[in-house]
Amino acid sequence: MNLWKQPFLWATLLVILVFALIPIVTGSAALREDWLLILLYLVLASSINIIMGYTGYVSFGHIVYFGIGGYVAFFLIQQAGMHLVFATLIGGLVAVLIAVLIGMPVLRLRGAYFALATIGINEAMRNFVANFEPFGGSVGMFFNYEVYTAYGGAKDALWLAYYGMVVVALAVVATSFFVKKSKFGLGLMAIREDQDVAQVLGIDPARHKVTAYAISAFFPALAGALFFFKNGVIEPGPAFLLHRSIEGLVMVMLGGYGTVLGPIVGAFVYERLRSFLITNPTFSSFHLFIAGLLLLLIVLFVTAGVVGWLRQKSPTLRRVLE
Amino acid sequence: MTTDTSVILDIQDVSKRFGGLLALDRVSFGIEKGEILGLIGPNGAGKTTLFNAINGVYPPTEGHVIFQGQDVTGLPSFKLARMGMARTHQVVRPLSELSVRENVTVGACFGRENLSLDQAGRVADEVLAFVGLAERREMLAGKLNVAQKKRLELARALAARPTLLLLDEVLAGLNPHEVAGMLDVIRQIREQGVTIIMIEHLMHAVMNVSDRVVVLNYGAKIAEGTPTAVSNNQQVIEAYLGDPKVARQFLEEAE
Amino acid sequence: MNIEALLASSIDGLMLGFVYGLAAMGLTLIFGVMKVINLGHGPIIALGMFIVYLVATQLGLNPYLGLVIALLLGLAFGIVVYFLAVHRVINAPELTTLLATFSVNLMIIGVGTVVFTTTPRALAIDLGTWQSGVITVLGTKAVAVVIAVIVTGALYAFLYRTRVGKSIRAVANNRAAAELMGINSTWVLALSFGIGTMLAMISGGLLATLFSFTILSGGIYELKSFVIVVLGGLGNPTGALVGGIVLGLLEGITTIFIPVGWVPVIEYVVFVLIILVRPTGLLGAR
Repeated sequence: MNLWKQPFLWATLLVILVFALIPIVTGSAALREDWLLILLYLVLASSINIIMGYTGYVSFGHIVYFGIGGYVAFFLIQQAGMHLVFATLIGGLVAVLIAVLIGMPVLRLRGAYFALATIGINEAMRNFVANFEPFGGSVGMFFNYEVYTAYGGAKDALWLAYYGMVVVALAVVATSFFVKKSKFGLGLMAIREDQDVAQVLGIDPARHKVTAYAISAFFPALAGALFFFKNGVIEPGPAFLLHRSIEGLVMVMLGGYGTVLGPIVGAFVYERLRSFLITNPTFSSFHLFIAGLLLLLIVLFVTAGVVGWLRQKSPTLRRVLE
Repeated sequence: MTTDTSVILDIQDVSKRFGGLLALDRVSFGIEKGEILGLIGPNGAGKTTLFNAINGVYPPTEGHVIFQGQDVTGLPSFKLARMGMARTHQVVRPLSELSVRENVTVGACFGRENLSLDQAGRVADEVLAFVGLAERREMLAGKLNVAQKKRLELARALAARPTLLLLDEVLAGLNPHEVAGMLDVIRQIREQGVTIIMIEHLMHAVMNVSDRVVVLNYGAKIAEGTPTAVSNNQQVIEAYLGDPKVARQFLEEAE
Repeated sequence: MNIEALLASSIDGLMLGFVYGLAAMGLTLIFGVMKVINLGHGPIIALGMFIVYLVATQLGLNPYLGLVIALLLGLAFGIVVYFLAVHRVINAPELTTLLATFSVNLMIIGVGTVVFTTTPRALAIDLGTWQSGVITVLGTKAVAVVIAVIVTGALYAFLYRTRVGKSIRAVANNRAAAELMGINSTWVLALSFGIGTMLAMISGGLLATLFSFTILSGGIYELKSFVIVVLGGLGNPTGALVGGIVLGLLEGITTIFIPVGWVPVIEYVVFVLIILVRPTGLLGAR
């Protein structure tokens, strides 16, 4: 594939980069926090899309890899004094390793059984970490202020975490694009449509699925590492929050599953809507209700999501939007 | 191991048991390179089960399948596909949310030649033109009509550039005009050197196009030979007697 | 290891198992009839808790009377949820119904946290205790078991003895065939969803008589229900009851051998292993 002839990819990356630069240019910490969250959800949704949208496996408990990455990196930074970048990468690799080990048996399951198993895995992991003393048990871990001095103080450390998140977000979008446009991605989509037929056509389902699952575990783990480094504290509850996982699914559905652009749009719209609801005095208490209502309306009436719907509207859009 | 290199597929005493049901009962036959073999038998005779056992959908309970001189008994179907075995399904199974071209590209990508995406796309275009679906290439496969879906099944299998093609009732549900078109396509495939085993219910079609016919009944092989010999076989006629219309067809063919 | 402590803890777990089983039966009935995994199950259990709580504290009535109200409201609520959220997507892929029912979960939690806050509530019911050696049985628990058994018996009588119950089983078996036999499947599905919801609410109501709770408490019991349902086989009500008892016993016994915190770890690992090894459940047919 000729990299330079992919205007969609470049345009998408550019738009994300321009938005991500807003907090950097203005130097606003508040905007940085907003955008960190949007990018975090973008990473989560795009990753879930690789296993759910491309491959057809609904990973309800996908947040488990966010938590694993967060905990491993946090532990390495706090206990071994490792640099954030290395700790983050190791967190990602550990998540990949665990995803391969878990994926091999679990991806043999189909449909609802797979979805249920992933919930079970996340809950098992959350409870395990809550009892695992090296990770601080149920109270978790927190940084002393000195940890940040290695990065030039807390302020610079937080910006570093933000730059990291921007890089991860761009990487996940590029990965999502290349997977979709590759032979491997075509194999995944064939599995999504009909696994038995895919196998008869020469696709090794197990290898394809486990690889897709491992990729989709990698990026949330990186995001988890950066997010909890920024927070300076990690606890089992927030690290393995099943709700966040399902919010990721909502974003994928909202934007359009199986498309590159869908999860990006979904993450942006959902996160903005959510913060608007939370900060708005009238709606703040009802934000969960409204999120639920929105999800229901999408599921009942716009199953393909925003991008999917646009693609259905015209052949031109179908060619342009990936 | 067979030493006869002209035999592409050798089925040796293959049995398949589902619980208490013996679906295949020590079926043996071979097929030579370039042949078209018709596989017939009344409903429930075990024809599709035999395809599944050959094709690695499930392993046979007993017996061996030798493909191109290699024992492939129990190998998963994706490995067989890469070795050059392709098949179509009795009930069409398009990859509905993918375009027609993407469907066929899958076949080319992961088939015998293990092509790159670009090369596979070109093969897909050739094959689509060959089966007459070129204008529909950008359509979603799920939106095709039944006859077109049948052609898509065939195109997907062909794109793999197989050496052996298993066709499971590709003519069922087609009108006479479409049947004639499909038979043409099948003959042309054979001319390209592809060996074909076809399960078929349309007697005149299968008798017309096959070099040899194998008849299954209750999971066992009851006859094997040229179309003429098989249609004169008393046992075969009896097997079909439950279905007088088919039995009559047989008698007419035999004349 | 003290054998008496083991016995006491087993009995305690066993009794809880009946209540868990009731909630799981609701989940498995819905799955059995329409192949929908109801992710709104947890908040519905929590609603049952609050109905009983409100009847007792606001209306000043006997909390057990609250169960009857939970029963009626549960049935009605389930039917409404079915028509609003499930009916339109009943034939869609599993993901769609999972998300649809999860949206119900979000909506109940959303409204629930506003109305009830997340302050823990508890009912102070004292029905005395029964003691023999180290074994102590709380009166409330004994009553909960009796009620759970009665509800289970009534459910079975309904499913196997009444015309409507038989149509439910027919639809569960083969919806298309049942429709050909003249059964209005839409109403049967709605009713089944209502009954499943009702069972969850009664179970929640009983749990409210035993433990303190918040609107979020349903989540734990929802996950327990999943474990139980998988233990007993998806779609199998008898399996759910037995699975509930097994889980209750397991919880009771394991707390003696390992720290309480590890019990859920083991529960979920067992849950995943059962899905992997016997997706039809330990009791289910292969």
